[in-house]
Amino acid sequence: MSFSDSRRSACRGLLTGLALTAGGVASPVSMALAQFRVEISGVGATQIPVAIGRFRDESRSPAALSAIVQADLERSGLFKVLDASADRLDEASRPALSDWRSKGADALLAGSVTPLADGRFDVRYHLWDVLKGKDQGGLSLVVPAADLRQAAHRIADDIFEKLTGDRGAFATRIAYVSKSGGKHHLLVADSDGEGAQSPLTSPQPIISPAWAPDGRQLAYVSFETGKPVVVVQDVSSGRRRVVAGFKGSNSAPAWSPDGRQLVVTLSRDGGSQLYLIGADGDGLKRLTQSSAIDTEAAWSPDGASIYFVSDRGGGPQIYRVPASGGPAQRVTFSGAYNISPALSPDGKWLAYVGQVDGGYRVHLMDLASGTVKVLTDTRDDESPSFAPNSRQIIYATRAQGREVLMTTTLDGRIKARLATTVADVREPVWGPYLQPRR
Amino acid sequence: MQCSTTDRLATRSALIGAIAAAALLSACGSSVKLDENAGKPAPITDASTNKSNQADANANASSNVNQVVLTPKNDDALAGGLTRVVYFDFDSFVVKDEFRGAIDAHAKRLMANKDKKVIVEGHTDERGGREYNLALGQKRAEAVQKSLTLLGVSADQLEAVSFGEERPAVTGSGEETWAKNRRAEIKDR
Repeated sequence: MSFSDSRRSACRGLLTGLALTAGGVASPVSMALAQFRVEISGVGATQIPVAIGRFRDESRSPAALSAIVQADLERSGLFKVLDASADRLDEASRPALSDWRSKGADALLAGSVTPLADGRFDVRYHLWDVLKGKDQGGLSLVVPAADLRQAAHRIADDIFEKLTGDRGAFATRIAYVSKSGGKHHLLVADSDGEGAQSPLTSPQPIISPAWAPDGRQLAYVSFETGKPVVVVQDVSSGRRRVVAGFKGSNSAPAWSPDGRQLVVTLSRDGGSQLYLIGADGDGLKRLTQSSAIDTEAAWSPDGASIYFVSDRGGGPQIYRVPASGGPAQRVTFSGAYNISPALSPDGKWLAYVGQVDGGYRVHLMDLASGTVKVLTDTRDDESPSFAPNSRQIIYATRAQGREVLMTTTLDGRIKARLATTVADVREPVWGPYLQPRR
Repeated sequence: MQCSTTDRLATRSALIGAIAAAALLSACGSSVKLDENAGKPAPITDASTNKSNQADANANASSNVNQVVLTPKNDDALAGGLTRVVYFDFDSFVVKDEFRGAIDAHAKRLMANKDKKVIVEGHTDERGGREYNLALGQKRAEAVQKSLTLLGVSADQLEAVSFGEERPAVTGSGEETWAKNRRAEIKDR
């Protein structure tokens, strides 16, 4: 039938157009995929001075590797970067470390990027511990052009770990939602906001993205059928499946640490209550039994407890219930409106959004002591989410009339704005480590 | 540009319309079948398109993301010309007296025709968190649903869902705008 034939060819045309803009480093940025710049503010407590030079032949590759490394280290709040470009070093150099000591550097990084005959790039770098007068070694990474940014983040992670002793979380991804031109987009980008790609574009809202622990799938709530349902999508293949599409509303997916189950909020039995469900959609089990609103669950990293929001006491507060079921214990006691719990992967912290003087701000609670600190002075914060090394929090807020993504250190001192000029961005979630521990 | 137009399926639920639309989308090589009623995962139609016709080094890049694009559906139903929208006061889920007449009319219509189904959509204003607002919108939808069942409408003819703050009737801020967004809408399926 000619009508459906013309629709089919129109469909193919649309998808081919999309295919050409997906996946490649040099692809043009469409209206829906905003470019981010990083603006960093604040002064950290102690910052390690590290000298970084432009990598030899960096300009022959599509990614400005040394700039990405520098921005990562600065955003963490733990480093102050000195420019070593003038010395034109690379990984094979033999720098006089005492010279660098007198320039005030505790460490020195140099490297090179070499295009290979098969189209890939050989990235090499070397780190010197100037303070200890010691060669910290380096690595060679051979990657396709599309993975150059990730190579830079892996270098930043290596430096972070060698100099702080903690694992870096730069070679990770974030997911978030944006709305532009009447369309809603689910987006995946590097942890610095660059390289955004869109696993889903929809005319209807998308909310509450949640990374699976394997970093390969995203759960989210989609309104594409006229009501909220929980969908799980494989990011690299695009395959989607409904995990919770019961009668009524289905929302607020949260993965168990082993990736086998999700907690979801369902209204199938009336109201909004928490249920456990297998990641394949089987095995529904009710978790809360109240006549109040119970929603926005977040699993503790040890898998033993589920934190959630309930207004059983009047206004919304954060509670904790054993994952195996049982009585809930209230966790937040100050303020009349506390929502959006997020647990740090090291099990020590709870971040949430609390209403203060009519505004909504990111709060951080030390779970051992119960002490709470307000981390921001903005008024429209939402969706705090921890980096996998528990050292930073990403969140959304409103600045100069538009929605933006921010990161903050846990002491609230160093904040970075992942700025965009195009779309309103919201609901960020920080993904897990991408590679297993070596 | 739209890949597909959903025909108005006047007497079937929006759910079936959605599945039909998704099947049409398979022509685009990118489809989702969303089978709500089972509560089980829908059979997966492979949504991956091999987007790279060039055999370049990027084909195996680990950062690849496959794009899925969904298209708009036409789901605007007028519920037989009756008043569709019930407004709520701030922080309230009580169906006010001024809407009793409208609810009554919907109840009569539904009891006169047992095959007819409606969906009640609850909404909030923009203030506060998204998931909590989704739950508040659900309370509004259920309040209207309860009003209907108390008048004798069968629960099978009703589904209460929420859009929270995600589908405002009016965009912007301020008390006038917020009041227009705190609502429940009754729509034919």
